[in-house]
Amino acid sequence: MTIDVVGVTKRFKTFTALDHVNLTIHSGELVALLGPSGSGKTTLLRIIAGLEWPDTGEVRFDGEDALARSVRERNVGFVFQHYALFRHMNVFENVAFGLRVRRGADKLPEAAIREKVNELLSLVQIDWLAERYPAQLSGGQRQRVALARALAISPKVLLLDEPFGALDAKVRKELRRWLRHLHEELPVTSVLVTHDQEEALELADRVVVMGHGKIEQVGSPAEVYDNPATAFVHDFIGETIALPGEVRGGALYFGTHALGLDPQGVADGPARILARPHDVDLADPGTTPFAGKVLAVRTFGPTRRADVELTSTGGPVVVEAAVPHGQTLLPGTQVGLLPRRYKVFSQPTR
Amino acid sequence: MSTLDHPAQSAVHGASEGLPSALAQSHTYTHHGGRPVRTEPRAVRIALILVALGFLGLFIALPLVSVFYEAFRRGWAAYVAAIIEPDALAAIRLTLIVAAISVTANLLFGLVASWAIAKFEFPGKSLLITLIDLPFSVSPVVAGLIYVLLFGSQGLFAAYLQAWDIKIIFALPGIVLATIFVTFPFVARELIPLMQEQGTAEEEAAISLGASGLSTFFRVTLPNVKWALLYGVLLCNARAMGEFGAVSVVSGHVRGLTNTMPLHIEILYNEYQFVASFAVASLLALLALVTLIAKTILEHRLAEEDR
Repeated sequence: MTIDVVGVTKRFKTFTALDHVNLTIHSGELVALLGPSGSGKTTLLRIIAGLEWPDTGEVRFDGEDALARSVRERNVGFVFQHYALFRHMNVFENVAFGLRVRRGADKLPEAAIREKVNELLSLVQIDWLAERYPAQLSGGQRQRVALARALAISPKVLLLDEPFGALDAKVRKELRRWLRHLHEELPVTSVLVTHDQEEALELADRVVVMGHGKIEQVGSPAEVYDNPATAFVHDFIGETIALPGEVRGGALYFGTHALGLDPQGVADGPARILARPHDVDLADPGTTPFAGKVLAVRTFGPTRRADVELTSTGGPVVVEAAVPHGQTLLPGTQVGLLPRRYKVFSQPTR
Repeated sequence: MSTLDHPAQSAVHGASEGLPSALAQSHTYTHHGGRPVRTEPRAVRIALILVALGFLGLFIALPLVSVFYEAFRRGWAAYVAAIIEPDALAAIRLTLIVAAISVTANLLFGLVASWAIAKFEFPGKSLLITLIDLPFSVSPVVAGLIYVLLFGSQGLFAAYLQAWDIKIIFALPGIVLATIFVTFPFVARELIPLMQEQGTAEEEAAISLGASGLSTFFRVTLPNVKWALLYGVLLCNARAMGEFGAVSVVSGHVRGLTNTMPLHIEILYNEYQFVASFAVASLLALLALVTLIAKTILEHRLAEEDR
């Protein structure tokens, strides 16, 4: 099912959660809404589900007005952040709920309900837990129950609110892969809300990066990572080294020192030169656009980072640079920074 | 428990700081015979427990025992005679009717109010929460007087009531109204915190799965609060049957007609019919005991659900 979000705005008292958001989600896609907390991603998901209503704008499912239908009638599977399992029902009854509340012509006989629930429980690989209650399950198992329960109503749209947020890192990785696999097996359009960029980049066909109630960029994981449209996206996704600069007369400067870097068409004024740590080389201080003193070197796991203090007329600026393996860097020494790939964004004056 | 005790332990044994910590530990443990370390010496603990038990015995257990002792002083026959006496039976019947009506009313009101307060945002919500607590802070006699002022022969609605020949004060409706007022908070007070803690996610899940509002309420909301609801009903019922002050003001004390059990007991007592008075009182005491046991069981269930 194709989902169209057109000009949706939502305010909570004085806080604007969504500001004229436009988004098209294609049928069968798995889209991740990615952003920090307060970016409006959960509000957007809840509006698509029908749990929240926009102040203005439209939501269309396959071209039909979805706002005319309540959440009951939208037939969307919603997986809640903390699962919201029915605590007084066992796993089987939790999954059966959506089938049991059907009335009239849609009502299924008991045998059909049992068959369908058992099928779903084996699909999410927890058939052996059918008699357990939510309180007796681990986080990962609850997650699977929540998913099976949402899938019981054969939704065409599956909405997941921070589905892996409450799980530990190892289980999260495992479930992530499994969810991707499940999405491919089912005829469903999935929208996932997450603040975890790794999750979004690994799982989604397309990533929608949100900030302050607006969509900053929509693109494939590779696009948003390699070609961020805004400084916000660059900062939020992946690690970023931010180097200060200023565009004057179509050239980049750091203080009075011409950097010899491409300003990439950014207009005159303060600018930020953003680069991935692995795209910044450490070199002889005399030959590079930036040079500074190494303050400290830190090692965590396979990565090493150096705090380098750049001195300029505006006072010292400390940036964090990646230190490649096999290279030793002593605190106190001078080092040059050479950005090989970078993006230049104008810095809004505050 | 034992983990909670550790900070206190280190504070108390701060004096032995100079010692190696292992030594200090073993000292405290052997001193207390290997049990988890308490902060107070044994003598203080025993004294505190004795004070608490003595107080309970003197003010609760002793009166309770004396109620039954007085009731059975003249033997079983006198006890039964006092209870099957027509006025006593009428009082018991009236008490049961009043309790049945007011508990039902407050069960419904409590459910509706706590559902509204816990699951929705609306203007005047904090006022409603305050109002629900009002009966706890108002003297029951004042509560009774309010209804006399409203519905009495000199009251605000006297003319209408007379015109339609409706009798509220000195009749069953007045007693029911006063009892409802006094027992108003019990159910709502139990439910509101629980419902607020549970939030609305499960209801949202139910609706997103296609359940109607009513179906969501009966399949999700109600089962989630059933033990707390029963608990509230139990307390509400105990208070409804035992209420004296408010009912005393509106009842008019008509024997065999508007006397509830507590009022009947008072009349008998004032007439020096001690055995009869304590016999009826023993029924209320029995109700209290049953309530206590049921309450303990329910508390156990509630704690289990909290896991």
